[in-house]
Amino acid sequence: MVNADRTEDPPVLLQMRGIVKQFPGARALDGVDLEIRAGEVHCLLGQNGAGKSTLIKVLAGAHQPTEGEILLDGRPVTITHPVAGLKLGIATMYQELDVVDGLSVAENIYLGHELATGGFSQRRAATANTRALLTRLGHGDLSPHREVGQLSAAGKQIVSMARALSHDARVIVMDEPSAVLDAEEVTNLFRVVRELTASGVAVVYISHRLDEIRQIGDRITVLKDGRTVATGLPVSETPTAELIKLMTGRNVEYAIPPRDSVAADAATILKVDGLALRGAFSDVSFEVRAGEVVGLAGLVGSGRTEILETVFGARKATAGTVHIEGRRLRAGSVSDAVNAGIGLSPEERKSQGLILDEPVYRNITLSTFARTANASFLDENAERRVAREQIEALDVRPTDPERSARTLSGGNQQKVLLARWLVHGCRVLLLDEPTRGVDVGARAEIYGLINALAAQGAAVVVISSDIPEVIGLADRVLVISEGRVVHEGPASDIDEHRVLDLVMEGSAA
Amino acid sequence: MSEQDVTVPAADESARVEQVAKPADKKRGGLLKGATGRNLGLVIALLALCIFGVITAGERFASIDNLLTILRLASIFGVVSIGMTFVITGGGIDLSVGSVIGLSSVWASTLATQSMAEDFHWIIMVLCALGVGLGAGLINGVLIAYGKVVAFIATLAMLVAARGLAEIIANRQTQVVKVDGFLDFFRSSPIGVPMLVWIFAVVSVAGWVLLNRTTFGRRTIAVGGNPEAARLAGIKVKRHTMYLYALAGLTAGIGGVMMLGRTTAGSSTNGQLYELDAIAAVVVGGTLLIGGRGTIVGTVLGVLIFATLRNVFTQNNLSISAQAIAMGVIIVVAVLLQQRIAERSRAGT
Repeated sequence: MVNADRTEDPPVLLQMRGIVKQFPGARALDGVDLEIRAGEVHCLLGQNGAGKSTLIKVLAGAHQPTEGEILLDGRPVTITHPVAGLKLGIATMYQELDVVDGLSVAENIYLGHELATGGFSQRRAATANTRALLTRLGHGDLSPHREVGQLSAAGKQIVSMARALSHDARVIVMDEPSAVLDAEEVTNLFRVVRELTASGVAVVYISHRLDEIRQIGDRITVLKDGRTVATGLPVSETPTAELIKLMTGRNVEYAIPPRDSVAADAATILKVDGLALRGAFSDVSFEVRAGEVVGLAGLVGSGRTEILETVFGARKATAGTVHIEGRRLRAGSVSDAVNAGIGLSPEERKSQGLILDEPVYRNITLSTFARTANASFLDENAERRVAREQIEALDVRPTDPERSARTLSGGNQQKVLLARWLVHGCRVLLLDEPTRGVDVGARAEIYGLINALAAQGAAVVVISSDIPEVIGLADRVLVISEGRVVHEGPASDIDEHRVLDLVMEGSAA
Repeated sequence: MSEQDVTVPAADESARVEQVAKPADKKRGGLLKGATGRNLGLVIALLALCIFGVITAGERFASIDNLLTILRLASIFGVVSIGMTFVITGGGIDLSVGSVIGLSSVWASTLATQSMAEDFHWIIMVLCALGVGLGAGLINGVLIAYGKVVAFIATLAMLVAARGLAEIIANRQTQVVKVDGFLDFFRSSPIGVPMLVWIFAVVSVAGWVLLNRTTFGRRTIAVGGNPEAARLAGIKVKRHTMYLYALAGLTAGIGGVMMLGRTTAGSSTNGQLYELDAIAAVVVGGTLLIGGRGTIVGTVLGVLIFATLRNVFTQNNLSISAQAIAMGVIIVVAVLLQQRIAERSRAGT
């Protein structure tokens, strides 16, 4: 346990002591201590499965702790359900933004505590209050009457934050708020967070991005395996290497392992020529050779995801062609692409990649079960055998192939998706945000896998919002802005600033 | 971004936890969790109904004749329920099967079909009914898969339209079947078991094999469990969805033939409300209405429970209305219990 010096500090607002949460068959929290002061940004760090989500659910009142106590202003409190948490002034913004798309901004903000007299809603008061809240968040231009479904992820987040404020929250828990935002929106988020803390609100900030924590955080608590391994670390004085060590319990190379350069005579595997999708991108051409990793850099909404999906046939191109080893693919046919040896690991693992309630082995063999079958009769033993090999090779944990995919952490779910295409024997792998929501340790393993795949002669295209990651992984980088390729060149000739400049120039044009 | 709703401990930790938890899990898992547990509950419910039947109706209930009567009554909506299991497992619903039973029974018993059957072979009537069922199912499937019409609406339209077409074809008359070969076949009882029951048995076994042992079944579960993931894995989701409705239509066609065999007459009112019985049996059997999980054994048990319930009520001279109330209660109780079990198994893992 590492404890920082705590003299002459703002008053302690909230304290959690020795929190234990036992689920049937698993101890999610095993003695967590957390101390939050008024007006600070307290960062909660930990790998996937360290217990962060459970902890904030305990704090929000969605889970009841098995042991331990919570003190608010020094007095013990019991948070029996989420409404009780809100009444005490603890508001939570979950990862999956919990807004109702069909309702207006004002209706969402007052959801569950509508302003009403005798059952009649006071729309005017709600509108006025909403406007005040939005102005406080620096978004006075957002109409309280807008339908929330029409807003961007960033807009929805503002609504979610305004809702927290409408409860007079003194502690706001933000679970990976930046995950759905692009760089500019993150800057705005930070501005809002600073304003909140200046007015005495404490923010508990969860993120996998260490650079963000450097920018916005005051103190850090690190969780590992359901325990607090360090608390109250001042952000400014704690080196990144130490944080990673605390989270993983070992020294991990955060850096991406180097890879041999592509052989000069390597054959072109994937050839994309003049590809376009109306309303998303136009005139995209690139080639990927055997053993090469090409990175697509660009902001969310630049068209990068659509490019991958169109190459894969999941969207039907309005112009252009895709060739695999000289064979032209039918536009808009995923099965043609899969048969030709392309695999896509989609951005949204849970909703696009996995069948969550099916066992891991069936998720691994989802695109190959027909191949192992004898005359349409499944060979489940062969499927299990193949899955077990992959589980071992990729170090998927837990190792039980019968477990449902739902119970795996983000990193392990990503490995299951990679395993699916490895079993399939793909020549081309399209990876959309392969490390999104993946903890640092598993991230390094996934980098290693991508390199190993390339070394075996696969052509890899990778998207990541993390620009240094794209540059580090790729041999060549394509910078995408507003649906166009604005730059193409070796990864060694470009850095993060240059990419951002190119993106900005692209948007201005 | 995804830590689980129920938090999974970090990798190495969970491996340890799992080892500790496993032996206990297996004991519990065998009986209470998973398909076996759900089916066991259904078997117990069925036995309880039988015991109730023996106590209240004694010999009248427990005789071999009566058991065969129950099975014969179960057979037609049983066959349709097998097709419905596939549609529901694949994430859809088919409200039209009852009407398609009516339409296929009428079409297969028109004077034209019957005279053709007299000239060639009675199998013509069977093929006609199966063809009508398959055709209606294909129309449903094309509308839903390619026309992107919501399944509820597309099959509701078929429910209304097929019944109307049956009325026009039959001209609101009852068409008596006079083809002896056909009647003899459906009146026969190989090894003492009525032909209708044999058909139900064969369709059930075929359905079980198809769902659990073939690529078709795996695709069905994948399409129902997560259509987008299935599509991105290279499964032809639209085509498969179409096949599922075609299959349901085919079973309705089989139901139409069986109806002709049982009642010896084609009528446009045949099979009314069978869709609701079938959906109820499927859901009580443990197939998830949202798709992704289906059980043929459960469906067969659900069919038997409803058929036995009807029989017990009839033996005790209780009204149809009382039957309906009891069925409603059973549906709700079964679904409530399933949800409990599902929650528990999700929390446990």
